[in-house]
Amino acid sequence: MNKRSSWALPYFIFLVLFVVLPLLLIIVYALQDGSGRFTLSNLGKFFTDRDSLSTFALSLEVAIENTLLCILIGYPAAYILADKQLNRSAVTVVLFILPMWINALMRTLATAELFTMAGVHLGKGTLLFGMCYDYLPFMIYPIYNQLNKMDKSYAEAAQDLGATPGEVFRKVTLPLSMPGVWSGVMMVFMPTVSTFAIAEFLTNNKIKLFGTIIQENINNSMWNYGAALSLVMLVIIAITTVLQKEDADES
Amino acid sequence: MKAKTLAARAYIWLLLVVLYAPIVFIAIFSFTEAKSLGNWTGFSVNLYRNLFTGAMQNSSALISAVENTLLIALAAAAAATLLGTLAAIGIYNMKGKKRQTLTFLNNIPMINPDIITGVSLFLLFVFLSISQGYLTVILAHITFCTPYVVLNVLPKLSQMNPNVYEAALDLGATPSQALWKVLVPALRPGMISGFILSFTMSLDDFAVTFFTRGTIGLDTLSTYIYADARKGGLTPELKPLMTLLFLAVLAVLLVINIRQSKNSEKA
Amino acid sequence: MRGKDTIINIEGLSQSYGDKQVLHDINLYVRRGEFVTLLGPSGCGKTTLLRLIAGFLQPTEGRILLEGRDISGIPPYRRPLNTVFQRYALFPHLDVYDNVAFGLKLQKVPEDEIEKRVKRVLKLVSMSDYEDRDVNSLSGGQQQRVAIARALINQPRVLLLDEPLAALDLKMRKDMQIELKEMHKKLGITFIYVTHDQEEALTLSDTIVVMNEGIIQQIGTPIDIYNEPVNAFVADFIGDSNILNGKMFRDRRVAFIKHEFDCVDEGFGENVSVDVVVRPEDIYFTTDPAKCQFTAKVNSCTFKGVHYEMWVDTDTGYELMIQDYDPYPVGSEVMLYIDPDDIQVMKKERRFNSYDARVTGEGKVMFLDTEFACHTEGFNIGDQVRADIRFERVDLLDHEEGADLTGNVVFILYKGDHYHLTVKIAGGGHIWVDTHDIWDKGDFVGIRILPEDIKLSKALSGDE
Repeated sequence: MNKRSSWALPYFIFLVLFVVLPLLLIIVYALQDGSGRFTLSNLGKFFTDRDSLSTFALSLEVAIENTLLCILIGYPAAYILADKQLNRSAVTVVLFILPMWINALMRTLATAELFTMAGVHLGKGTLLFGMCYDYLPFMIYPIYNQLNKMDKSYAEAAQDLGATPGEVFRKVTLPLSMPGVWSGVMMVFMPTVSTFAIAEFLTNNKIKLFGTIIQENINNSMWNYGAALSLVMLVIIAITTVLQKEDADES
Repeated sequence: MKAKTLAARAYIWLLLVVLYAPIVFIAIFSFTEAKSLGNWTGFSVNLYRNLFTGAMQNSSALISAVENTLLIALAAAAAATLLGTLAAIGIYNMKGKKRQTLTFLNNIPMINPDIITGVSLFLLFVFLSISQGYLTVILAHITFCTPYVVLNVLPKLSQMNPNVYEAALDLGATPSQALWKVLVPALRPGMISGFILSFTMSLDDFAVTFFTRGTIGLDTLSTYIYADARKGGLTPELKPLMTLLFLAVLAVLLVINIRQSKNSEKA
Repeated sequence: MRGKDTIINIEGLSQSYGDKQVLHDINLYVRRGEFVTLLGPSGCGKTTLLRLIAGFLQPTEGRILLEGRDISGIPPYRRPLNTVFQRYALFPHLDVYDNVAFGLKLQKVPEDEIEKRVKRVLKLVSMSDYEDRDVNSLSGGQQQRVAIARALINQPRVLLLDEPLAALDLKMRKDMQIELKEMHKKLGITFIYVTHDQEEALTLSDTIVVMNEGIIQQIGTPIDIYNEPVNAFVADFIGDSNILNGKMFRDRRVAFIKHEFDCVDEGFGENVSVDVVVRPEDIYFTTDPAKCQFTAKVNSCTFKGVHYEMWVDTDTGYELMIQDYDPYPVGSEVMLYIDPDDIQVMKKERRFNSYDARVTGEGKVMFLDTEFACHTEGFNIGDQVRADIRFERVDLLDHEEGADLTGNVVFILYKGDHYHLTVKIAGGGHIWVDTHDIWDKGDFVGIRILPEDIKLSKALSGDE
């Protein structure tokens, strides 16, 4: 073994201390009551509480809708940006990333304010639009990257073998760009499920998302219930990751 | 062909207009004095003046929030770059199970949404009874920044001729000389982009800071804005501040882009 | 021989990664000023040996002496040796001058002396006008010259070169070969050169070390290696050759392709199986029936630039390769002879497969970590025995079903009327196979041995 492999040791220790241990603590706290005894009541409370469950369902719904919306709007944009004939300048790509340098909360506040000025009622519609606005760059960039590094000769070979432009897209370009779409999904879906501040601003606190409930519980010192809710979230993450892995392995 | 190109361009520009609308909105309303965001009470540069002279209601809180944000971002990005670069070199030289394990662990903070990172670290600090403040926020930021440094440095390692480090040893450099004179320069582009990415993610972070800052009243720009907005009245001077920040970032990016295109012309 | 002029002495060197041994008991000495080439196919251990000498690897066993001093514990940056790396390994962030000056700057040599020496060494490699150039803008050949200059400026006692010309195109490679040879003469320092290109080795070297599977096969001058290969591997690897099964009747009389020939080899014993090597340029055409030793029909004839390469079928059914300056029409009957001097007789490494085995049951025997059915009459369960299998009795399948073992073809030798394959078995070990079927190097094969083809005998310790 090469000695330089030990250079990763500090980071390994760091990861164990600040990533693995904290995640284990979520599980530990989720399975404890306030005085440190083992209990399933925190999880039980979530699965029997109508409000929590409906918030959870709404969060998933919003996250799925937002992710689909981002793909629908972002994929064509990424495709155009990666096409050398349609877009010749790299600056356009940078322009899509640039807004991310402005504080997200500030941008969200401004978006909400724009809606109010335009007389749009703050609710689920504005929530979806605002989230899509916030997360669109995270969808465009990975797809753009994937399309950009794709070997153009695949598409040419398909054309050469008689595929029409539509078929080339469906049978070659789209399947080959799926890894980019998946990393886009990972970067959009999970943050949307768990977002709190953004949702509060965009709906003027009318719609509560799952993240807000977690935040409220933690802030009100209900750590064990907050941890249980986080654990539910962790399970969702694990499922999404496994699904993504399987899809990536297939292609 | 022409129509297709036109449609494509129109689509891109439409998206960009929507994307920039709130920023332009902020910029426009930074030139008026009204308290609330969408209220125009005539052109004025007073907000800018206030920002620089500190003649505003809670100027010290805002200024310290900006200072904290920059300080935390700098510290976290620097630490993440150091830690992540060493880790990348280590991972690059690993094989099999060890490498898989570390790559897997490295992925976790990137997959985890902010709130999970925040809550889990909050529980850690509670569990270890570490009082929360600057240190815990910086540690938390290092946690979510380092994976990106690793991911930025690793490709530079595989692009590098694997013999370059050995060539330096062969020519008489000690291992530490070889590191500083050869390895670091070869990895520098990856380290720089890792640093910049870490810096911006730290600047923009809200959720993780929110959970790990404790109760000592430590505010970054994000938590300041959040608290401010929840109180109902956004400090008006935030508008010129954001506008100036945006212009600064724009200028930096333009300079980088122009330099890059000049470089590619040279080569 | 190992006197004062020896600069490097390698004694009993072995190298393993885990349980994979890549170098077996290497013994080698290099004389001062010699141009030594380590030659072999990829994976033969030649680069590992070079890296051990350079100090990038620590030997598992054995030691390396430089001018009589053991350097095994010395890190690479303190060894007075320098390496020219495969694909150059120039520092991409430094220009040509700074790349070359790198070693001297580390030694804190005064700036004006560095400049003088960089200029001198760049002149040596004909790169004088390139000092300020970005190394990425140089062509492959130019980068190679800079890499050589960078290694030479430290005035190493020995220059190690790891396939330095492999990335260059053919024309460039030929030019650089000549330059390297001249540089070696001019500088007078020792070169240890690694390559898989036999032609390059023959052109450049004073001494060639032929390696295969971590073992030194032969050490000798290019002429020795070419004319007197010690085994079929070397004969096949160096130049074109006809390698054939033969039988030594007595001293200076050998039979192969079902004809008898005079030769110059002695000391093999009587009626001993041997391998015979005849180079294609050493089979002569004749019109004199008195000189003719055998006849053949020309099967194909291809122009190769200087000579013609012809494949002929002998009257006894063997295929031979012949190179000659004059072409003979395809289909024509020709008379042929071979000079006794040009017949190279080699001891056979093995005449059949032979393994240490153990009788594990009635009609069952275990070797190569596998249980085989075989006739075990006359042996008891638990007996240590030898299991012998003739080369032509091993069946190769292109699938796993029904196979006793699986493996990959690692070496193929054409013996005029059949192929002799070396198969590396998946679980370790080798089996040698004679077959008429055509396989490619690297092919995956299933191996089947019928019970009646395994011959058991009492185990003799210490014998082959």
